[in-house]
Amino acid sequence: MCLGIPGEVIEIMTDRPDLAKVDVSGVKRAINIGLLTDDPPVPGEWVLIHVGFALSKIDEAEAAAALEFLESIGKAYEDEMAAFLESRIE
Amino acid sequence: MTNREQQVLDRIDKARRRRAKVREERITLSHGSGGKATQTLVEAVFLDAFRNPMLEQLEDAAEFTVDGARLALTTDSFVVSPLFFPGGDIGDLAVNGTVNDLAVSGARPLYLTAGFILEEGFPVADLTRIVDSMAAAAAVAGVKIVTGDTKVVQRGKADGCYINTAGVGVLDADTRLGVATVRPGDVILVSGPIGEHGITIMLARGELDIDADLESDTAPVHGLVSALLAACPGVRAMRDATRGGVATILNEIAKAADVAVVVDEAAIPVKTEVRGASELLGIDPLYVACEGRIVVVVDGAHVDSALAALRAHPLGAEAAVIGRVKDDPPGLVLLNTTFGGTRIVDLLVGDPLPRIC
Amino acid sequence: MRFVDEFRDAEKARALSAKITSLCEPGRHYKFMEVCGGHTHTIYKHGLEDYLPESITLVHGPGCPVCVIPMGRVDDAIHIARQPGVLMTSFGDMMRVPGSGGNFFDSNAEGTNIRMVYSPLDSLKIARQNPDLQVVFMAIGFETTAPSTAMTVLRAAKEGIENFSVFANHVTIIPAIKAILDSPDLRLDGFIGPGHVSTVIGCRPYEFIAAEYGKPVVVAGFEPLDILQSIYMLMEQLHEGRSEVENQYSRVVPWDGNPVALRVIAETMELRPYFEWRGLGFISHSALRMREEYAAFDAERQYSVPGVRVADPKACQCGEVLKGVLKPWECKVFGTACTPETPIGTCMVSPEGACAAYYNFGRFTRQRVREASTT
Repeated sequence: MCLGIPGEVIEIMTDRPDLAKVDVSGVKRAINIGLLTDDPPVPGEWVLIHVGFALSKIDEAEAAAALEFLESIGKAYEDEMAAFLESRIE
Repeated sequence: MTNREQQVLDRIDKARRRRAKVREERITLSHGSGGKATQTLVEAVFLDAFRNPMLEQLEDAAEFTVDGARLALTTDSFVVSPLFFPGGDIGDLAVNGTVNDLAVSGARPLYLTAGFILEEGFPVADLTRIVDSMAAAAAVAGVKIVTGDTKVVQRGKADGCYINTAGVGVLDADTRLGVATVRPGDVILVSGPIGEHGITIMLARGELDIDADLESDTAPVHGLVSALLAACPGVRAMRDATRGGVATILNEIAKAADVAVVVDEAAIPVKTEVRGASELLGIDPLYVACEGRIVVVVDGAHVDSALAALRAHPLGAEAAVIGRVKDDPPGLVLLNTTFGGTRIVDLLVGDPLPRIC
Repeated sequence: MRFVDEFRDAEKARALSAKITSLCEPGRHYKFMEVCGGHTHTIYKHGLEDYLPESITLVHGPGCPVCVIPMGRVDDAIHIARQPGVLMTSFGDMMRVPGSGGNFFDSNAEGTNIRMVYSPLDSLKIARQNPDLQVVFMAIGFETTAPSTAMTVLRAAKEGIENFSVFANHVTIIPAIKAILDSPDLRLDGFIGPGHVSTVIGCRPYEFIAAEYGKPVVVAGFEPLDILQSIYMLMEQLHEGRSEVENQYSRVVPWDGNPVALRVIAETMELRPYFEWRGLGFISHSALRMREEYAAFDAERQYSVPGVRVADPKACQCGEVLKGVLKPWECKVFGTACTPETPIGTCMVSPEGACAAYYNFGRFTRQRVREASTT
């Protein structure tokens, strides 16, 4: 139910436009993109793969935003730790 | 912990220590995977019937002395499908697998037997291909195939070709290896990236429609082992990581020596494509078979010489230290994840199954 | 691996962990339930609980669609597999779920032909290549997987394939969550919401949890940082007195779900009036079956299944364990009638189920394990 893995679309099959070849860390597989007909993926875009189907596109902007949030938490934590350590030196 | 909880845990422990029993009435595929089901079958059926101290060691090869000569004896059967795959074929496995079981016992492999069970209708050309692979593999390993047998069974059986090989090798007087000698403070190494053979076979079956640039890692490791033993005086034990993968070996060590084995996920070498295929299928590479990788346990004081010796050999170029042996909790294998948490690595019941969930 | 490794970073985990801890009120204990089997797996695989303070407990909910398949349905599947000329195909994790006479491996030992596939499309391929065999696909999974089954049936219909059918055992997530929420002994502070189910159904279906039951929900991704961040978002909601549905997994989950996926499910399937869940009893409108128009692809109609209900022993207390009311060792049949080798309820069937995990390793406290691995 849950196992979904991100993969990069490399090509759409010309004779079967509901199929695309994806790359997951150098491993390639043909998957069915028929569930994304409202906004079909193009090569270079990333999709979430589950049991041979693409369920959703990975929104790179949202992914970047998510990472930015994590970075900021990380930075805030680092700053706090640094301040904490500095204050001990006195 | 309350009394009640402790009682429940004690009851489970008692059940665990009871004699192994095979619950099923019939053999299932899980019994052949090298995991818990296999262990139970071996203990409950084979050990029970063949009881003797040599067998009970349950090492990769049996050791004994005849007129002063220390010998090692082992056997293995090969039922792989498909017969031909990237990186080799069943013939390569049949020779290398037995050579390796002898090598990790510290023995110099000398002579092999080769028993064939062939399916009616199997192409002679394919048989020739396989046998040629065996001859080549034997030459590389420096062993001779000195006796054998051939049987043919009706169409529909034997998946084309099954092979059994047995091997004998000779041990030096002072080579004393075995998992029972493993103790806290020891260090664990692996000779190279894991899981290549198993993933290659899964993909080669063609059912998964996955393309990857992967090959089986089948290889004879006796040269690697000799180099290691020559350079490093502190080797406690070695194991050939085949079905069940590295995770199964680590569990065998922890259980046999009654120690804790702690490994670092970040240190375990895995090829990118093996990782990609494993994530795609929902399989853990730790449980995937290798056919040319060894797990080595060394005295902590001798790690550097061990690692250097492995890395100097072509088959050990990517050797790595992956963990250490501790005294507590005994019998358990722990993994420090790259994420920074810890998890317990248990034996699987059967083969690693692709999950959707 | 892109979109994977960045979300497994240990340093960011430490930072999130500190923030989560800072939001814990002294003396208060927090219980969050993750509903998804995949989340349970991630938590175990990465040792995520090591990043949580003692005052936060994660409770594993009924989110394993494989493990909730009751014994009777497994028996029905095996009954179909026993029919002459049938080749049954199944996902890997389904192969080990026990029926009253054993699992699919045991059944194969007795002569059935049940093979593992990675995708329902693989089953269709097998049907195409073997016109003399009747290929049946054991369809399981939540709404995540139902669209894939639906698409496969539609393709089979389009190609006029006559030797393919589906044994539909798809279950739906909302009724299961509702069953948990409606139980009297419940003490949960919030939900880590299903991730991939939500790519199909969207986030709206969870709004009743926040609105009517006052429990915050955060739809979470499957990497460990996703789950940690979701816990942080839940703690923030509690801290600020909010109870809303939030989407942490916005890079994959659209708020409105996938309309195409929902359409194909609706076209080929309909809700059953009720369905039995292992360990949880009957839940109404919680599972899907093939529509009449697709009867030719419905294994249940093509083969009359016995449909005998194999009752869980009365003593099975999976429901309470799932809700976090009982600890595994408090269940009356834990370790006696119910063991990993002879599992009764879903908590023991899944290797990561609360009971299986406790049975195998309960004697080692997390603290002892942590100490051993870090010193």
